[in-house]
Amino acid sequence: MTDIEAPGSAGTGLPRADHEFTVRHRTQTQLVLRRFVRHRAAMVSLVVFVLIVLWAFIGPHLWHYSYQKYTADNSQAPSWKHPFGTNASGYDAYAQVMRGTQTSLEVAILIALGSTVVGAVWGAVAGFYRGVVDAVMMRIADLVLTLPLFAIALVISSRSGGAWYWIAVVIAGLTWAYVSRVVRSAVLSLREKEFVEAARALGASDAWIIFRHLLPNALGPIIVNATVLVATGILTETALSFVGFGVQPPDTSLGLLVSQAQTAVDTRPWLFYIPGFFIIAIALTINFIGDGLRDAFDPRQQRVRQ
Amino acid sequence: MTDSVLEVHDLNVEFPTEDGTVRAVRGVGYRLERGESLGIVGESGSGKSVTALAVMGLLPGTARVRGSVRFEGTELLGLSDARLSDLRGSGVAMIFQDPMTSLNPVYSVGYQISETLLRHNPGMRSRAARARAVELLGTVGIPSPERRVDNYPHELSGGMRQRVVIAIAMANDPDVIIADEPTTALDVTVQAQILEALETARAETGAALVLITHDLGVVAGHTDRVAVMYAGRIVETGSVEDIFYTPRMPYTLGLLGSLPRLDREEERLTPITGSPPSLLNLPPGCPFAPRCPLRRETCDRTEPPLRPAGHAAHLSACHFADELVGTGAGEVFDTAGADTEALARFADTAAQAPSTHAEEDPA
Amino acid sequence: MSAPTEAAASLPPLPGHGGRGEPVLQVRDLVKHFPVMSRGVVRRRVGDVHAVCGVSFDLYENETLGLVGESGSGKTTVSRTILNLETATSGRVRYRGHELTELSRRRMRPLRRELQIVFQDPYASLDPRISVHDIVAEPLRIHGRYGPEAAGEVRELLRLVGLNPEHANRFAHEFSGGQRQRIGIARALALRPKVVVLDEPVSALDVSIQAGVLNLLMDLQGELGLSFLFVAHDLSVMRHVARRVAVMYLGRLVEVAPAATLFARPAHPYTQALVSAIPLPDPRKERARRRIVVQGDVPSPVRPPSGCRFRTRCPKFAHQLTDAERTACVEQVPELADRGGGHPVACHYAESVALL
Repeated sequence: MTDIEAPGSAGTGLPRADHEFTVRHRTQTQLVLRRFVRHRAAMVSLVVFVLIVLWAFIGPHLWHYSYQKYTADNSQAPSWKHPFGTNASGYDAYAQVMRGTQTSLEVAILIALGSTVVGAVWGAVAGFYRGVVDAVMMRIADLVLTLPLFAIALVISSRSGGAWYWIAVVIAGLTWAYVSRVVRSAVLSLREKEFVEAARALGASDAWIIFRHLLPNALGPIIVNATVLVATGILTETALSFVGFGVQPPDTSLGLLVSQAQTAVDTRPWLFYIPGFFIIAIALTINFIGDGLRDAFDPRQQRVRQ
Repeated sequence: MTDSVLEVHDLNVEFPTEDGTVRAVRGVGYRLERGESLGIVGESGSGKSVTALAVMGLLPGTARVRGSVRFEGTELLGLSDARLSDLRGSGVAMIFQDPMTSLNPVYSVGYQISETLLRHNPGMRSRAARARAVELLGTVGIPSPERRVDNYPHELSGGMRQRVVIAIAMANDPDVIIADEPTTALDVTVQAQILEALETARAETGAALVLITHDLGVVAGHTDRVAVMYAGRIVETGSVEDIFYTPRMPYTLGLLGSLPRLDREEERLTPITGSPPSLLNLPPGCPFAPRCPLRRETCDRTEPPLRPAGHAAHLSACHFADELVGTGAGEVFDTAGADTEALARFADTAAQAPSTHAEEDPA
Repeated sequence: MSAPTEAAASLPPLPGHGGRGEPVLQVRDLVKHFPVMSRGVVRRRVGDVHAVCGVSFDLYENETLGLVGESGSGKTTVSRTILNLETATSGRVRYRGHELTELSRRRMRPLRRELQIVFQDPYASLDPRISVHDIVAEPLRIHGRYGPEAAGEVRELLRLVGLNPEHANRFAHEFSGGQRQRIGIARALALRPKVVVLDEPVSALDVSIQAGVLNLLMDLQGELGLSFLFVAHDLSVMRHVARRVAVMYLGRLVEVAPAATLFARPAHPYTQALVSAIPLPDPRKERARRRIVVQGDVPSPVRPPSGCRFRTRCPKFAHQLTDAERTACVEQVPELADRGGGHPVACHYAESVALL
């Protein structure tokens, strides 16, 4: 039969609550939390990630060397005094890795925040209005997606003097388009929900509907994407710094540390492998957390795992 | 002993969940005589569908089923899947609310009917099966069945699909047809057609019918006996006349009183306040007690057993069944709608509220 | 009343429809078509769903008008279109001197305070992410009326519809279907509307719960003097709540009559089929009834039958009419007019029949 009833209405096809019996009710948040806590890889990753963050931000205050201070020891192997060793100039690698992790995390989180906010609003507006607005906005997003992120980042950040927030702004300016696509597709289905029509019947404005109803209900995919973007951000920042267009000395980041140590891979491997290990650890843990969140928000999409 | 085709005795179904055990069906029993029709009524969550699925052995593996289900003397619980599939279709046929749960979208309806026929009649030729399929489609009221036989389910309307399911159900001359909300998703005019097709199927096969529904009107017209379910139990059972004219369980009385009627103008409906209990960690006592106007202390302590009320074949699970003799729903139940005090206050302030109208006249 | 002029507040009421008092909402020749698009990259309009075709009715002050029909009848589209939630293809909807179909969304907004709707699905119509308090307070916020007294107002509204105001900070999914529908009613009442469209407000609820909601609605109407347009497919519910009932079939009104008349002596073959198809919860009566069973399903609204749209399923057309009489059914659209039965019917050969 042709669906003659207005879009969004169910006609007389009874949407009887077809759960034959009710188990205890939980709020959406409680359910998400429960499912997340059960995802072992995600929980372990979360613990590891939190430890890394605490270490990177609190550690420098407790450690007796600063990342900017020379020490009397040059090119030392890891020891009790310098757990990660020192480099040729006598900097304490432990202090430098802490500082580098800090910078990299800050950049990554700023990227995630910036692109999520812009992308979510952009996608929600496009999905809500559909039609021409949607077509124009999404073509712009597509265009942004086709820009070679690395080349653009190189050009712009080389002129910005290496301030860490500039790097974040540039990368965020190129990654929001991913978020907008995800949010748009979520909003396209949400806008057909009866509660949106109910808000319209109450006289709600478009902005009201978008910000009070659509975006909060699209929070699941938004959070998942923001998490994944943190990992992307870390890797992009690392890559940029590695080729010399990211964070500039005297400040440091994980990417910069790896880059500075590349000539020493054979002679002083700790200088290269330790920051490298942190990059991988952060990117991996965040990806697992993202996985866990996705499964928690959308149990139907569960992937096989033991 | 009478000639019973299906005997369900002390059936219990439990589903283990994270929060504990859901006791979906608690000690349900009934006996179905040959050719008889039994209506099982209840609201959502009463366990009426789970009972049917348990009888057919169609519950998921996590369900714990205890009790006994005998079909013509054979115990069905614990039977192997292969033996059960043999019985399904030839002995006991099932009709679901959504015809698409039993139809396969990638085969024509004719093929699906023939398949059922061939499966249970090894000697049958496929041409004969097809001819029989056309005949069956005609019996259930599908116009020009010789054309429709090659249609796929998606080419048919919801009503037509349900007829096909009925045709499949009657294909192997079953002794029992279990129909679970067969007309719930359909419009009333189509519902009338489907119920007629179901009656035809019964007349042709002489099958007994278990009709599971929430619609008391459907039960009134199509069944001989009725069992009313609430919170996983049968709380009242008897002939249709017993149930509709002299209910002895407050729940049944309330249900009848809450029904708007086409055939008379009633002043006020009698809603049952509250909602059905969660079947998880059910407290002791009568599960209907929290909503019951007759509730006393005993009701919270002991769950009343099903016992004769009025005569031997009319059973009710209420400590105070006798008090319902000769009463109407309106005398027992509260007919409240809105909170009268709040309503009066609201009406007062509504009268004082300035008209919001004149502010924006089209300039 | 004053002579009709350009600025007249209302149109002349429809004769014979049996309304009493003043019409509040007047609908004339309402038409709503939905385009049917082809599939593929270039989507072309290949036809129209004729959802609503020339529907006219008056809703009077303090009355419940029932609009009944099966799925595909267009009753839900009518309810959405008169509230300007869907743009009408043509026709007029008049509310207190305003031509609603001509109003922009911005100009419509202030009128939304007076015209409200309760939706069918109590699960989908409440935002799962906000608390019950925020749901009921939403209309107040939208219209800038969320003052210091609003919290009290919301509590009062919850009490009014029979909910415990202590539960205001819970979320909608913590409530049962009936309670959720009460929340939807409280939200609709928050702005103290004059007209409420009830779109299948109880069809998703179990009977024991449904009765409470129906009683509530009837109390509210009686006490607050509201006008209800009650859209439903369940004739028994209609009989109980509506004073007048309009029956729709495939986008057209086929019969409009006072409830008692409509059920006791329906004149349109479709209404007769509908009334006789409703099972009565009374075994003796149910078994002794005369049934008028219609054949087949509702035709596609993309290509509705010519002339009378019910003729393809009409038992009268199939069994009682002569070929000469049938010509009229095929060629002429029967107008909704009084054909001697005392109320308007859209059938060339209307004839009252007692069915109950």
